[in-house]
Amino acid sequence: MLKFAQLQLRDAALAEDAVQEALVAALAGERSFSGRSALKTWVFSILRNKIVDLIRVQSRTTNISALGEDEADMDATFEELFKDNAHWRPEARPFGWGDPAETLREERFWEVFETCLNHLPEKTARVFMMREFLEFETDEVCRELSLTVSNCNVILHRARNGLRRCLEGSWFAPGVSAC
Amino acid sequence: MLTCKDATRLMSEAQDRPLSVGEKLQLEVHLAMCRGCSNFREQMNFLRLACRRFMQRRNGDDDGSSPS
Repeated sequence: MLKFAQLQLRDAALAEDAVQEALVAALAGERSFSGRSALKTWVFSILRNKIVDLIRVQSRTTNISALGEDEADMDATFEELFKDNAHWRPEARPFGWGDPAETLREERFWEVFETCLNHLPEKTARVFMMREFLEFETDEVCRELSLTVSNCNVILHRARNGLRRCLEGSWFAPGVSAC
Repeated sequence: MLTCKDATRLMSEAQDRPLSVGEKLQLEVHLAMCRGCSNFREQMNFLRLACRRFMQRRNGDDDGSSPS
């Protein structure tokens, strides 16, 4: 849980506080739980709200849509994948990643996955994780972070492509795929 | 004609909203002819799946079999 909060907030102290508060809030509640997993789900949903609150506060002080150096680098790298006619360069063409279920069973894959998430620029990662991990609808993410829809789309596209490229380079090395 | 670059944008947006009939049609025609882009779509689907699984692992590491 702590690791999850850290991944989202990129701030160890803030993450620790959020988890602690979530645990306290969960234990203070009057709900009864049928089992360990129900309790876990409950604590987690409190943590999710805490994380969103913190992100909301942070988004007031930083401009999420401002293009940082890292984001500009990612966009330049993306452009380099294509020829002048906007079709894939042969060497950059996405290849098949094989059987997803098999990959997801590999313990080492998850280490690579986390590393790649941490490689994403902070603001890009935040938008992506709100969408994919906290499972907000895209228009909610935009609203919470005061982004326009098209801005949101650009950021998510950047995040997905960045993650895709990182996994392709670090895990799915070219030429290794079965087909 | 849709370019590969535009197709990647549509495929990302397809993860966030239902595409219009026109967009879908354009995309499907493109994908039918473009191996790179159909791999890209598989990869987008993989990312979504991996994120879901990532959360399940966080949520209930002792019981990975039951998605909530």
